[in-house]
Amino acid sequence: MKYLLRRVGFLVITLWGALTVNFFIPRLMPGSPALSIIGASRGHVNPAALKALEAAFGGGQQNLFVAYLDYLGNALRGQFGVSLSNSFEPVTTVIMKGLPWTLGLVGVTTILGFLIGTGVGAIAAWRRGGKLDSVLPPMFIVVSAFPYFWIGLLVIWLFSLTLGWFPTISNYSENLIPNWTSWGFIRDVLWHAVLPAFTILISSVGGWILTMRNNMITVVAEDYVKMARAKGLHPRRILWQYAGRNAVLPSLTGFAMSLGFVISGAILVEFVFNYPGVGFMLLTAVQNNDYPLMQALFLLITVAVLVSIFIADVATTILDPRTRGSR
Amino acid sequence: MNPLALLRRSASSTWAFLRRDRKALAGSIILLVLFIIAAFPTWFSPDNPSAEIYSPGLGPSSAHLLGTTSLGQDVFSQLMSGTRQSVLIALLVGFFSTVASVVIGVTAAYFGGIVDDLLSLFTDVVLVIPTFPLIIVIAGYLQGTGGASFWALVFVLTITGWSYGARQLRVQALSLRNRDYLLAARARGESAWYVIGVEMLPPMTSLIVANFLSSALYAVLTAAGLLFVGLGNVNSQSWGAMLYWAQNNEALNAGLPLWALTPGIMIALLGTAFALLNYAFDEVSNPALRSTRRRSRKQALA
Repeated sequence: MKYLLRRVGFLVITLWGALTVNFFIPRLMPGSPALSIIGASRGHVNPAALKALEAAFGGGQQNLFVAYLDYLGNALRGQFGVSLSNSFEPVTTVIMKGLPWTLGLVGVTTILGFLIGTGVGAIAAWRRGGKLDSVLPPMFIVVSAFPYFWIGLLVIWLFSLTLGWFPTISNYSENLIPNWTSWGFIRDVLWHAVLPAFTILISSVGGWILTMRNNMITVVAEDYVKMARAKGLHPRRILWQYAGRNAVLPSLTGFAMSLGFVISGAILVEFVFNYPGVGFMLLTAVQNNDYPLMQALFLLITVAVLVSIFIADVATTILDPRTRGSR
Repeated sequence: MNPLALLRRSASSTWAFLRRDRKALAGSIILLVLFIIAAFPTWFSPDNPSAEIYSPGLGPSSAHLLGTTSLGQDVFSQLMSGTRQSVLIALLVGFFSTVASVVIGVTAAYFGGIVDDLLSLFTDVVLVIPTFPLIIVIAGYLQGTGGASFWALVFVLTITGWSYGARQLRVQALSLRNRDYLLAARARGESAWYVIGVEMLPPMTSLIVANFLSSALYAVLTAAGLLFVGLGNVNSQSWGAMLYWAQNNEALNAGLPLWALTPGIMIALLGTAFALLNYAFDEVSNPALRSTRRRSRKQALA
């Protein structure tokens, strides 16, 4: 219980830290972005919204402390102002258009990558010195040194332009009208998701293979695994029920940690494939100097990562009684 | 022992390490070649990398080893002269963030108590905030003032890249803290600087080196990603800028995959060198990870 409270406390502190960083960045930057934002939105938004923009970016008459409290209050109520590059729609409305695409693409591939990586890693360590175990680690060293987005360029060139198997960019064909009840549309969406998903999978799976393999090597040497062998249990049962279950625990924490990296990588993958998720939106916002949208997206991504870490921590506490006592 | 003998001994033990470990050897050779190219790019580039004077969109030939860009530049020369920036960013960010990790991680472990609690909390907060979106936001603001300069890039990559190392180093320093020889040094009344610098850091060398290498890898990949999306100085001679111009001119669609893909291969080559050395050092500090086949061969000999 104490541990859980600690984790809640940490979640609150990190959230506050992210909000504060977000508040001070535009104020510390040269060229006073505040003036250009307020200049661009004057006449397009109501006075209350203008005041919220001033609280978020500076440039108003308020003192810093009042502006900070205003900003925190607005953020807690989910008010992030209007997007300058999307005809002054509320930022939250704009983000909701991109969010499902990212959740679908990155969410599914992340879970898939974790499951495949952990499974393969466990088997590699189980057959220590076998084919899988000697081929995978060096291969992963090379793959992890390539930028995510470059893998994306490579698969576009190979599978789309050269072989013509998959579409190059976007989330569905231009001539289709979104309709989630029609199988034809869903198939088209999946068709477009194959290459970006494959790119994220290729670049992220190696980390999980290696973590699991290294945990597993330690666990397989434990006495209770020897005991299970001595009892003559089926090897597959020992692998998954005895060794695997214990080796996966550190991976779970790693899963949360690497989530930030996966999302960062996915931003560039979305850019390469013109996939209209939040990552692509973030880069477009930056190019258009749409600071309110940019700030809100940064916060959204941060909150997503922090909440995932929190969930993984809680899951570890439930699954592994040993973590409850220690810090 | 006189300094010259010490140097000779460390050189010979480094050589012995490289001969034993093929990963480390391969990493060192790649790194050495790239360092030479970074130091003397003109030796390796037959043409002026920024000259737009050749027929655009040529395939590979003896005149242009990797063809030309659709702007009429020589791809191979651009690759060679782009080496310097990536190598510099890797070394500088690796160095600065390792120094930050050591200072923060070891200080936290050495002093313990409230100092440790605060520094650890700070480290963990920085660690979990996703760095790449943050860097994009910062670079986005700098874009308004003409783009992030080289040193701004080094600075931003350093403040976002130290936290993981600080956490790892703190854990290792904590495990050393209550060893007898450290307690003895404290009992002798040695200063904190002496205990940390002379007694605590030397046993941590392999972790510190591993830290430097992974920060360097992080810096190379992140800097390339930023330039690729056009954040930063896209007119610099760098692999990231090459990727940006290739993407902007739709090099893949135009049938110029060499232009679009070779900068990534160079990045990966540099990254692989750091990663190979990193794994080698990982195996030094954690013998359980060493290749099993080598161990069995040794056992057979014995």
